[in-house]
Amino acid sequence: MFGHKHPEQPEMISTSPGAIQPATANRLAIVLFSGTIDKLISASIMATGAAAMGMDVEIFLTNWGALAFRKDDYKTNQRVSQDYADYQSYLLEQMAAKHVTSWMENLEGAKEIGNVHIAACSHTMTLFDLQLTDLEPIVDEVTGVAAFIERARDSAMSLYI
Amino acid sequence: MIGPVMIEREIDARGSHCPGPLMELIRGLKSAQEGEVIAVISTDLGSNTDIPLWVQKAGNELVAVEKLDAEATRFVVRKHVRA
Repeated sequence: MFGHKHPEQPEMISTSPGAIQPATANRLAIVLFSGTIDKLISASIMATGAAAMGMDVEIFLTNWGALAFRKDDYKTNQRVSQDYADYQSYLLEQMAAKHVTSWMENLEGAKEIGNVHIAACSHTMTLFDLQLTDLEPIVDEVTGVAAFIERARDSAMSLYI
Repeated sequence: MIGPVMIEREIDARGSHCPGPLMELIRGLKSAQEGEVIAVISTDLGSNTDIPLWVQKAGNELVAVEKLDAEATRFVVRKHVRA
């Protein structure tokens, strides 16, 4: 083993279509994977804050995140992450008592004041037989993952929610 | 010397949660004329950090921050005048 000849350095093979961009673009990129309101609220507030502070926002909806944007779904969605299920009734009570704006309203506000782009993952859309027209109009388009990566690669901030 | 300030519009955002009051202010200033002064009243603690930060970042002027009572603060903001 000790006499093992060190393998030659493998030749770097790059299939990358472009050079790596430094993370300097004034943009927040969010992968929105979750469809529970505790996380949707967080994501919507982060997006709003970024838009208010002059950042572009790029949101990619995958899996449960995409399902949460099905037309009218947000009006009845009361799901909370399983880890915090025991807080569900408390959260819903407090939200109702304090007239907290819905996560959808937050996102609409973010779009109103800033440059917020929302794309749904084509893989998820195909998986669940969804078309862009099945989603809330706040969703701009359906794209593949590469399009999101391309927009996210130089973003100053990235979140996976 | 600071002369008297004419507040064009006052937005009562009491009871609205972060980032609600900031959003109300942004909307208010968006529809205001350059140089106009808008006030927003907030009971959200986040406004104490967020509104001055945003005002500076967006190039507006924070004319005054007034504590109205135990919960409410009024932020008085003048919309920037573009050169």
